[in-house]
Amino acid sequence: MSAFNAIGEEREIDRDEYTPGVEPQPTWCPGCGDFGVLKSLKQALPEVGKTPEEVLTVTGIGCSGKLNSYLDTYGFHTIHGRSLPVARAAKLANPELEVIAAGGDGDGYGIGGNHFIHTARENHDMTYIVFNNEIFGLTKGQTSPTSPKGHKSKTQPSGSAKSPLRPLSMGLNAGATYVARTAAVNPNQAKEIIKEAIEHDGFAHVDFLTQCPTWNKDARQYVPYVDVQESDDYEFDVNDRAEAAEMMRETEDVLNEGTVLTGRYYVDDESPSYTEEKKAVGEMPDQPVAERYFDEDAEWERSYDLLERHT
Amino acid sequence: MTIHSKGFRHGETKIRIRLANWPLISMSDDELIWRVSGGSGDGIDSTSQNFAKALMRSGLDVFTHRHYPSRIRGGHTYVEIRAAADEVQSRGDGYNFLLALGDSFARNPQEEAYYGNEEIKPLSENLDELREGGVIVYDEGLLSEDDVAELDLEERAEENDWHVYPVDLRGLAKEHGREVMRNTAGVGITAGLLDMQLEHIEDLMSDAMGGDILEANLEILHEAYEMVDEEFETTHDLRVPTGEHDTEQALLSGSNAIAYGAIDGGCRFIAGYPMTPWTDVFTILSQNFPDIGGVSEQVEDEIAAAALAVGASHAGAKAMSGSSGGGFALMSEPLGLAEMTETPLVLVESMRAGPSTGMPTKPEQGDLEFVLYTSQGDSSRVVFAPGTIEEAYEQTRLAFHIAWEYQIPTIIIYDQKLSGENKNVDVEFFDREPEPGLGTTLTEEELKEAAHDNSGKFERFGYEDNEKNVSKRSLPGQKGGRYLATGNEHSPVGHISEDPDNRVYQMTRRIEKLDSIREELDEEHDSNQTYFGDEDAEYGIITWGSSQGAVVEAVERLNDSGHSVKGISVSDMMPFAEAEVTEFLESVDEAMVVEMNATAQFRGLIQKELGRFGDKMTSLLKYNGNPFEPAEIVEGYEVNVAEEDREPSAQVRIEPAAGD
Ligand SMILES: Cc1ncc(C[n+]2csc(CCOP(=O)(O)OP(=O)(O)O)c2C)c(N)n1
Ligand code: SF4
Ligand SMILES: [Mg+2]
Repeated sequence: MSAFNAIGEEREIDRDEYTPGVEPQPTWCPGCGDFGVLKSLKQALPEVGKTPEEVLTVTGIGCSGKLNSYLDTYGFHTIHGRSLPVARAAKLANPELEVIAAGGDGDGYGIGGNHFIHTARENHDMTYIVFNNEIFGLTKGQTSPTSPKGHKSKTQPSGSAKSPLRPLSMGLNAGATYVARTAAVNPNQAKEIIKEAIEHDGFAHVDFLTQCPTWNKDARQYVPYVDVQESDDYEFDVNDRAEAAEMMRETEDVLNEGTVLTGRYYVDDESPSYTEEKKAVGEMPDQPVAERYFDEDAEWERSYDLLERHT
Repeated sequence: MTIHSKGFRHGETKIRIRLANWPLISMSDDELIWRVSGGSGDGIDSTSQNFAKALMRSGLDVFTHRHYPSRIRGGHTYVEIRAAADEVQSRGDGYNFLLALGDSFARNPQEEAYYGNEEIKPLSENLDELREGGVIVYDEGLLSEDDVAELDLEERAEENDWHVYPVDLRGLAKEHGREVMRNTAGVGITAGLLDMQLEHIEDLMSDAMGGDILEANLEILHEAYEMVDEEFETTHDLRVPTGEHDTEQALLSGSNAIAYGAIDGGCRFIAGYPMTPWTDVFTILSQNFPDIGGVSEQVEDEIAAAALAVGASHAGAKAMSGSSGGGFALMSEPLGLAEMTETPLVLVESMRAGPSTGMPTKPEQGDLEFVLYTSQGDSSRVVFAPGTIEEAYEQTRLAFHIAWEYQIPTIIIYDQKLSGENKNVDVEFFDREPEPGLGTTLTEEELKEAAHDNSGKFERFGYEDNEKNVSKRSLPGQKGGRYLATGNEHSPVGHISEDPDNRVYQMTRRIEKLDSIREELDEEHDSNQTYFGDEDAEYGIITWGSSQGAVVEAVERLNDSGHSVKGISVSDMMPFAEAEVTEFLESVDEAMVVEMNATAQFRGLIQKELGRFGDKMTSLLKYNGNPFEPAEIVEGYEVNVAEEDREPSAQVRIEPAAGD
C-alpha cells in the first residue's frame, strides 16, 4: 500500500480546487501575463486528471515565483534560480509525483541557467514553465537575459549592448525532449501546450511569453501572434531535430522585430526519461525512495554487513 | 651493494628519543611507525593500505596518516602507519622506518625551478622526522648515487644512529617483468628487516589479485624477504611489535565512518560535486547506494547539490550533500532555505587549508566560523565536529536523527586528516539497528487528525502542539497534507506573511529548537565530548575535531612525566556543549585551546557562547598544512604553562589569554 494516496487518485476534479482559500487573488499587476500561466494550469491540471495533492509546484523568485501562492498544490517557493535542482530531486525521491517547476526568465535563463542546461540534458520527467517577460519584474524592471539588444533600463541606461539569448534553441541543445513557446495572450493554445507538457515523459520546456505592462511590453505588443502549427507559412516536422532547430532560430530572430511565433517546436517521444535511464543502469530502486520509509516490511541494510572489505 | 650500519642501543621501555629536529621527548619504543614514500600515482596508497591491514590482522592496533600533494602524477607523497599492541590515537611523533620508493613521475631537476630536485624528495624530505636509531630502505634503482651523496646521508646516519639499507627495488621488479612491483619488493624487504611473518601480506595480495600477476608478486615478495636474511648484514634492533585482539577488527577511514553512519541513519539520497577531501564520502556512498536502494547524483555545481538534497528531503527521502570550503560556500543559500522551510538535511563539510583554493590536500580547522554562520539571517542549524573514526560514525548517525526529529539542517564538520586516516575499530561496534525513521513526519492517517485551515490546507507551521518547538510535517503526495514551503517568512499554512506577531512566533520557534536539541543531547544521549587525563588536574587542554588524537597522547605523556593535566575534546559546536565546557573550565586554573587554524576560531566560540573565561584560555595554533604531533602539544604546554622563557621549536603559534 502506498503512503501517498493522493497520487493516482481517480475522481472528479473541480477547477476551483486549485484556488487556495487563503490567497484566492493574486497580487500581480492588472494586465500581467502571469495570470495567463495560472489560468492555463488551473484548466490543464484537471483535464489531465491530476488532483492538487499529487502535484508539486516548485518555483523560483520573481513575480513569477509567486505562482504556487495562487495555485493550490503542494508548493515549494525556493530561491532565485534554484527551482530546477529542488524539483528534479523531488522527482527522484518520489517519481510518482507530478512535478512542475516554474520561474522567470531571469530566474531560469540567467542566475539558474546552469541548472536549466543540466536538468534539460538529463531529461527529467517534469514540466518547466519559464515566465518570459523579457524583464526583471520583481526587482522593478532591469534588463534580463531575454531583453532585446538596445533595451534601456535603469541599470542599462544607454541600452543593452548584449543580444538576447535564445531560450528555445538553448532548451533543444541542452537536451529537452519537448520544447514549446506559448503566450499569455493566447489562452487556448497555452492550455493545450501545458497539457502536452505535463503528459510528456521527459523534460518539457515551455517558454511562456508573459507581458509585463508595468516595466516592459503590454499585451498588445504580443499581438498578433502566429501559431506555427496552424499557419500555412510554416512547415516543419516537430520530431525532426534539425528542422526544429531551424524553426526556433527563425522564431527567436523575429520576436523583437514584432512577429510573435508560438507553438510546438520539438517533440521527442522516444528518448527514455532520466528515471528510466537511471533504472536501466541499476542506480535507481524500483520502489520510490520516499515510499520505502513507510514500508513496514522494508529490510534496511546496515553498514555492519559491509565490513568484510575492511577486515 | 653498500650497507651502512650503525650500532643501536636502548634500555627501558620508556626511552628518550631525539628526532633530528626535535627536543628530547619521551615515548614508547614498542611501536613501529612505518613511512612509505614515493610519487603521487606510484601506488603508495594501496601498498600502505594492505600493509596496515596485515599489521592489524597480526593483532596490532594501527593508525595511518597520509600526506600528499594536489597532483595526480608525481609530487612527493607518503603514508605513515603506526602500529602497536595498545590503542594508537594519532600518528605519533616522527617515525622509525622509512621505505623510500622514489618518485617515478618526478619533474626533471632544473636550476632555479622552485620545486627543486623532485627525484630525491621521497628520501630527502623525510629525514628530518626520522627518529634516532631508525631504519632507512631506499630504492637505489630510482635514486641516483650522486643525489644521495649530496644529502650527506652517511654523515647524518652516523649522527642519528640510522641504519641505512639501499636496495635496487626497481631492478628487482624489472627482473620479474613489471616495474610497478617495486612496491611489493619494498614490502618484502620491510617484512624481512622487521622479522614479520608474510602470511597476512600474502592473504591480502591473494584477495586483491589473481593469475600471473599474483604469482609474480608473491615471487618477488619472497625473494625480497629472503634477501634480507641471505645478503644483508643487519644492525638495527627495531622489530615488528606483537599484539592480540579480543574481537575481529576492521580498518576504516573517517570518510568510511561518515558514509556508514549515514547508511545506518537511513540516508538513501546524496547529491554532490567532487572536491577534495569531501569526495571520499561522496564516492563511498555512490558506490554503495545502488546495492541498498539509494540514489546518488553527481550534479552541475554545489548550489545544485545542496538544492537537490533539499528537494529530495522535501519529497520524503533522508538526504544529504556535502563539500569542502569553496563548494560549501556555494551551499550557503540552499542551506538557509532548509533552515527557513524547516527541511531536514544533513551536510558534511570536509575542511582543507584555506582561504580560497588554499592547500587542497592539507588539513586545517579553519572553517568553523564559516560553517556555523554562513547564510543570511540568524541561523538555526546543528553542527557536530567528530574527532575520531568512532565519533564520525556516531555523530553522523546522530545528525540524521536530529535533522529529521527537529527538521533542521545538521552539519558534520571534519577535515582532510580525519577523512583520510585509517584506524582499526571493533567490528562489533557497528552491530546495531539502523534508524530509518522520518522523525516528526506525519502519516496520512495522522494528517487526518492534524490542524488544517478553513480551506483544508494543512497547518505545517501551525501554532498549536509544537512539542520541542517542532511543527510536524507532511510530504507531497500525501492526502490531506498540502501546504506551501517558502524561503519567505510564512504563515501556518506556509503562505508568505510579514505579520509581526507571526514573524516573531516562527522565528523564535525555529531558533528555540536549538534549546530543545541541547536538552535532548544532555539528557537522552551519551555525551559527544571526550574527556581524558587526570580528573583532578588544575591545568586543562581543550581541543576539537581531528586534533583530538594528538592531544590525548600529549596529555598522557604530560601526566606520565609528572605534570597534572586533563583534556576535553568538544564535538557539539551548535548547540554548544555549554554545561560541559563550563564545568571543565571552572575546574581548572588555566586552559590551552589547541586547534589547526590561525585565528583561534574555537577559542572565540567558547568565549562567545560562555561569555567568560577569556583570561583563563590561551591558544596553541598550527596552520602550516600539517596536523599536530603530540610532542608539539607537550612542548606548547611546557612553554605556555611552565612559562618557560623560550619560543616553541615547532611551527606553531602561542596566543596569550585575553587581557594578558
Ligand atoms: C541570489 C539572489 N539575487 C538576486 C535576487 C533579487 N531578485 C529577485 S527576483 C529577481 C529577478 C526577477 O526577474 P525574473 O526572474 O525574470 O522574474 P519576474 O519577476 O520577471 O517574473 C532578482 C534579481 C534574489 N532574490 N536572490
Ligand atoms: S511587475 Fe510585471 S511581471 Fe510583475 S506582476 Fe507586475 S506586470 Fe507582472
Ligand atoms: Mg522576468
